[in-house]
Amino acid sequence: MIALGVALVGLVALAALPFYLSDYGLGLMIGMAGYVTLASAWALFSGQTRYISLATVAFYGVGAYTIAVLNETMAYPAALACAGLIGAGLALLVGLSTLRLSGIYFVIFTFGLAELVRQVITWFEVNVTGTLGRYIFLDITAREIYWQLLALGAFTIALTAWIMRRRLGLALRVIGDDETVAAHSGIDLARTKLTAFVLSATIITLAGAISSPRWTYVEPLIVFNPNVSFLTVIMALLGGANRLWGPLFGAVPLFLLFEWLSVQFPDTYPVILGLLFIGVVFLLPDGILGGLARLTGRNGKAAR
Amino acid sequence: MTGHSRRAFMHAAATCSLLALTLSGTAALADDHTVKIGYAIAKTGPNATGAGITTLPNYQLWVSKVNEAGGLAMPDGSKRMIEVVEYDDRSSNEDLVRAIERLATQDNVDIILPPWGTGANLAIAPLMDRFGYPQLAVTAVTDKAPEFAARWKRSFWMLGGGHDYAVGLADALTAARDAGTINGKIAMVSVADGFGIDLVNGARPAFADAGFEVVYDKSYPLGTSDFAAILNEAKDSGADSFVAFSYPPGSFGMTKTAQSISYNPKVFYIGVGGAFPIYAKIADGKQQGVMSIGGVNAESEAIQTYFQDHIDSAGAPPDSWASAITFASLQMLEQAVERVGLDHEQLAAELSTGTFDTIIGEVKLEDNQLRDLWWVGQWQDGAFKGVNPADKAGASSPIIPKPEW
Repeated sequence: MIALGVALVGLVALAALPFYLSDYGLGLMIGMAGYVTLASAWALFSGQTRYISLATVAFYGVGAYTIAVLNETMAYPAALACAGLIGAGLALLVGLSTLRLSGIYFVIFTFGLAELVRQVITWFEVNVTGTLGRYIFLDITAREIYWQLLALGAFTIALTAWIMRRRLGLALRVIGDDETVAAHSGIDLARTKLTAFVLSATIITLAGAISSPRWTYVEPLIVFNPNVSFLTVIMALLGGANRLWGPLFGAVPLFLLFEWLSVQFPDTYPVILGLLFIGVVFLLPDGILGGLARLTGRNGKAAR
Repeated sequence: MTGHSRRAFMHAAATCSLLALTLSGTAALADDHTVKIGYAIAKTGPNATGAGITTLPNYQLWVSKVNEAGGLAMPDGSKRMIEVVEYDDRSSNEDLVRAIERLATQDNVDIILPPWGTGANLAIAPLMDRFGYPQLAVTAVTDKAPEFAARWKRSFWMLGGGHDYAVGLADALTAARDAGTINGKIAMVSVADGFGIDLVNGARPAFADAGFEVVYDKSYPLGTSDFAAILNEAKDSGADSFVAFSYPPGSFGMTKTAQSISYNPKVFYIGVGGAFPIYAKIADGKQQGVMSIGGVNAESEAIQTYFQDHIDSAGAPPDSWASAITFASLQMLEQAVERVGLDHEQLAAELSTGTFDTIIGEVKLEDNQLRDLWWVGQWQDGAFKGVNPADKAGASSPIIPKPEW
């Protein structure tokens, strides 16, 4: 209960931050809130089940595109709801057809999914609507975007905490440890994986939808930037993808690091990103939190 | 909650408060003696190539020229050196938007130069407007420029829209057809991406209005590398004019394919990349007569000097479409600052109404847009020259039919 109280106080403090920050500070907070949300949502499915998904940007982009298409014809909350529904529907479709895949096949499929969605949207826009770029003229301030992302991020972490205490969370962890064992202990593999995948994908779609008014103009090449998928994975892994606060601990320092790198070493950023990726996988397989737990002599598993 | 995650959260809270402290404490102090000019541009990622050819070398050339001359002249006659603040936007609009916020509110730069690309310029337009900075959007091709100029009063759109280029091309082809040099049929291909679609959407009605028959109209996905099928079909279509609204990889690939299958239409027009200096190498020195977007007045002394300066500074000649305009936009800025200083409101007003002497000639914006542009250019004797509008000063007359490869 104390922890819950501290979390709530922290959330209130974070929500009050925009009143004290410059525009750039707020921009940083938006970026961090966005990536914490993405990494946490990603970990909700992938961290537990260890199905590494590179489809983050597929859903993120669909969210942004939905707002771009609908922002002129309907109110923002309605467009947001549509984005969520479309994301959930897409995740359901994709999940049903692919969650039988595992290991590297799943990774490759999810990577291809982002490209597939991008090409389908491009094809549709070229051949049916005859335009490609779309404009988002919404009167949504940076603060409002920040608050929405903060709320979505808090919701994601709360949802993860809740799920981890339920049967669903246990089932997901068993699947992550050994899928065969999970099947033999009577876990409905398909339903369990699908539920987590749809929840995770819907949140990611909403994150894309909320962030999109900041860009004013979207086209498939802009919103389906594969870097978003890679960054999300590396952030979650760095913090510890199977821990509640792991993604947050990965996303915040990495985000600040990248921001610093883009100022100090603008030309070598991709190289550093690649090295970091390798470093995280080799040196911190359990993430920062797992590493810390080991250092302080705690049993990593018990602390989950 | 377990003890572990409680501690984890304390860490999180500590990190956040620390961060807030850092952020609020670092507002930069502006130095009165230098003019701070900031920009965020793609140095890595997919946009880095375009930014590295058209935008960045011109920023660097201009800054070094101004600083060599003692700095930016102010209305009171004094000169202030330029100090550059440069960020990489990693070809991501989210990063770009944040970098602009940083330039405007953290670095407090005096002037912000625009990024490369239509999407990038649109992404920052609302912010530039909110912070009050004038935005000289050069590398943004959009038919909605009039709307944007009205929406964001201090934004300036300097490269026209897809429709303009399509109409210019139709105009050039009409002249050739009426002279009996080419028939009334056109084979047209376009890349299925923003720019290709904009142009083809402008071209279909423009060609129809001009009485042309588009006998072949095909779009191909971005990333296509084999153009043999497309070009063979175009070759068999009976059209004298081949028009490709393509990106550089496609423009280059089609050129090579056309050469290898001996496809010699009387008009060979390609999209972005045709005006790049490297095109001569791609075409194996046989670029004579190839048409593309853009162009320069190759006879102009100012342009010749600019090309030489660019070679000296960047090690390569500029492209013959947006490079010269980018440099001209910086000259406009320089002259506007000399007349009214660094106040954003006055600067924007001066840019909007003033007349400027630049390497592309005398420039005066119309409704915050540069309309006096080359729509069609053609390789002639080793230079990419503007041929349409035909009545624009310095226009060369087009070579049609194009000599065989």
